[in-house]
Amino acid sequence: MNLIIISSIWGIVLMFSGLFFPRKSVSVNIAIIGAILLLIANTLDINGLSITSSTFNGLLQYDIYGYIFLELLLISFLFYLLLSAKQVTEVGNHPYEYFALMFFVMAGIGLVTFFNNLLILFIGIEIVSIPLYILTGSDKRNLKSNEASLKYFLTGAFSTGILLLGIAFLYGASGSFQVDRLLTEARPGLGVFTPIGLVFVLVALGFKVSAAPFHFWTPDAYDGAPTVFTSFMAAIVKLAAFVAFSNLFLFGFADLSAKWQLPLALMTVATLLIGNVTAVYQQSVKRMLAYSSIAQAGFMLLAVFSGNDLARQGLLLYTPAYCIATIGIFAVLIRMEDYTYDGFNGLASRHPMVAFCVTVFLLSLAGIPLTAGFFAKYFMLASVVKTGGFLWLVIVAVVLATISVYYYFRVIQAMYFRTASSGESFLKAETLSFRLLLLAGAILLIALGVFPYQLLLNWLIA
Amino acid sequence: MISLLLILIPLAGGLVNFILRSDQAARIWTLLVSFSSLATVLCHLFCSETANASFQADWLSLIGASFALQMDGAAALMCLLSAVVYVLITLAIWKNDIRSSNNFFALLLLTQAGVNGVFLASDGLLFYFFWELALIPVYFLCSIWGGEKRISVTFKFFVYTFLGSLLMLAGLLYMAYQAGGSFSLQALSEVKLSSSQQSWLFWLFFVAFAVKMPVFPFHTWQPDAYEQSPTAVTMVLSALMVKMGLFAVVRWLFPLLPGGVLQYSAIVIWLSIAGMLYASFIAMKQDDLKRLIAYSSIAHIGLINAALFAGNEGGYNGAMIQMFSHGVNVLGMWIVADIIEQKTGTRKISELGGLAQTSPVLAILLVIVALANIALPLTNAFIGEFLMFNALFKASVWYAVAAGLSIIFGAVYTLRMIQHIFLGDKTERADKVSVLPFGATLSLVLICILIFVGGLYPGLFFQLTADSVATLLKIFN
Repeated sequence: MNLIIISSIWGIVLMFSGLFFPRKSVSVNIAIIGAILLLIANTLDINGLSITSSTFNGLLQYDIYGYIFLELLLISFLFYLLLSAKQVTEVGNHPYEYFALMFFVMAGIGLVTFFNNLLILFIGIEIVSIPLYILTGSDKRNLKSNEASLKYFLTGAFSTGILLLGIAFLYGASGSFQVDRLLTEARPGLGVFTPIGLVFVLVALGFKVSAAPFHFWTPDAYDGAPTVFTSFMAAIVKLAAFVAFSNLFLFGFADLSAKWQLPLALMTVATLLIGNVTAVYQQSVKRMLAYSSIAQAGFMLLAVFSGNDLARQGLLLYTPAYCIATIGIFAVLIRMEDYTYDGFNGLASRHPMVAFCVTVFLLSLAGIPLTAGFFAKYFMLASVVKTGGFLWLVIVAVVLATISVYYYFRVIQAMYFRTASSGESFLKAETLSFRLLLLAGAILLIALGVFPYQLLLNWLIA
Repeated sequence: MISLLLILIPLAGGLVNFILRSDQAARIWTLLVSFSSLATVLCHLFCSETANASFQADWLSLIGASFALQMDGAAALMCLLSAVVYVLITLAIWKNDIRSSNNFFALLLLTQAGVNGVFLASDGLLFYFFWELALIPVYFLCSIWGGEKRISVTFKFFVYTFLGSLLMLAGLLYMAYQAGGSFSLQALSEVKLSSSQQSWLFWLFFVAFAVKMPVFPFHTWQPDAYEQSPTAVTMVLSALMVKMGLFAVVRWLFPLLPGGVLQYSAIVIWLSIAGMLYASFIAMKQDDLKRLIAYSSIAHIGLINAALFAGNEGGYNGAMIQMFSHGVNVLGMWIVADIIEQKTGTRKISELGGLAQTSPVLAILLVIVALANIALPLTNAFIGEFLMFNALFKASVWYAVAAGLSIIFGAVYTLRMIQHIFLGDKTERADKVSVLPFGATLSLVLICILIFVGGLYPGLFFQLTADSVATLLKIFN
């Protein structure tokens, strides 16, 4: 709860600070202080020190899982701000507003993590989405950014409508918005309302996490948005959407799993297939990362699909594995002129430490052992095996994961095995602190890849 | 404890190598590290109790995986091979030019850590870990220091192996779930599986191992990779990493899925024999020395694999000793090929000739290695191949007939190679080979000694692997 309150307040603080501190660089500091505050506030929450522990008549439901998830997300957020906050101020003339919007997004994320009521879910998703529409279009003079924003907004609004319609059907069937009462209080005679509502909700949430066949907005929005914001959207926001998705299906619809598991499995396969295969054909690393985020979403859908303890642990592990890696690679990408694979040529000889860290990030995304990404994927696969059936899903996921090696390793090949054509140094603002931060991220991923329980998951069990 | 040391020594040695700055220091350090690995293995073989060699520590107890290493006869033999091979390789490439050699040797040693881990792990997930980790340094080694087409060739190799191992992971997960959530070799081999489960699980595992060996039709990455890799890596690949596949069959596939093995042994044997014949035919037509050795290696590995699946005591014994002998012999072939390439600047057999006149020492050494390669009596390969043919014969006459053809072809291409390179008219290039590099010669002499020791006193090896063979026999009877 602390997170929701403080991030809302800090968003407002940021908006007004612009009046008093005209220098852009101040906004960076205020944002970083805010992120640290959020981290502290959430840590206090884990230890039982909350501003209020009211559930507002059952609208919210707090659990340790959600707190740990938020903690990981906040660490990623801080990592993001430390690496790229300066680039946020370079996007346009309103740095304070950009940061404020991000803090509002964080408040929305708090809501979608703890919702116990479909209306809170809806409001949370809207609070997350609307700032993102603005951030996508924040590069006002860039036509691509405008187009991306409009596309994202129109399709997003449409999917929100579908979500609302689904919620209405579910309400019609049970007379309640409470997640845990959706099935138990479904009234006889209106049996058909529940499945219809379920399908609408599935489609809408599939859209939000960019699952195929509802993924078409993703590459355009991610590619058109200023790269700093793509990083934020692709990493932090995506994970939050997934936690909402898995919570809803685990707590709301578990008893109906026989009905939605097969459609969800097919959706997963389609997402993995489209994400992986299309990523292979991309020439720009930024677009490749957009498609790779779809492919990774396919893997995370496995957690929604199986919905057992392993799936939830896996999603928790996926958070740092995916966020840190994605944010790290984007932070390097922002500092480059050339977003094609050739832009990475010869990076290893000029910036060996950066190249090493990017390699670790890519290996983690590809799921190679000794990185957090391996265990993230491992838990996803293990959770499906644990459901007892659907072994074909595991094998399909594994085969499609092999394709992902192709496009991740192309970057490694460019960095290490090819030489740059031009003689100039090509990473802008590559400072010592930047290198050390990246290294810290890489070390964290390796540590999690060796001791996932000792470092992270034991907190959940204790 | 010794098994842990066998992983830690090359691991730590490799990491230290990254920070060494001078070329000479990197080489000396690598040699030292390799020698200490060798000393550790020898210490295990001669002075310590077998029971002390294993190691167990908690790792991920909640998902049923532990850091468990177990030293049995087959593992000890393979670790011995890895230690011997690394000493010999370091000596053999002592004078080769390698740019940023500290990184090169560092990655080489990290590979050894991974490979030793594969040989020792007795926990499924740990095994998978090492299986993948051995691949990563090799990927970088080949792609940075390899030949012209290195990037695409190495990538093909990587993707093949990666796909195979992911399928294995899926199989392991399924079996671990059936075993009540434990990955230990013991628990996995006690799982009761129906015959249909065994049959599809068999292929999930076997494809991973078959890619590594490689067995026809999963072999297409291999000749390209051998040709394009830097020599030292080719040596590691063919002498050591190929054995990972065979070893995994012995240590994991047989105990875990005996039903599947029995069900498909005929198919696997025919695949292996087809690969032997196919590789031998191509080897006869090769003009490139490296590719010739690569194809000959496919043929030899095919025979070992066929003998393992033939399923009798002679086959197991022969396969074990041949796993070691092939590693040593093929290493000898690569060293000769490397000396010739370094000195004359070509690998084309047609461009060479008369080397025996300028360098009789090299000729003698090559002839010994080559004769061992075609398994003449008195050499280390004879006893192994004899036992394996005997085993195939016992399983079916047709196996022995078909596989026997490849031996004849083997003699044809090996002798043709000797004839073209060392005899015949002396070419201009031959004059350049008058002085041999000391390190490579020393390592060839050591290999010849090993060839004769293995040929005259194979009992040493049989004693060592007796327990592994007994385990295999117990599984199938």
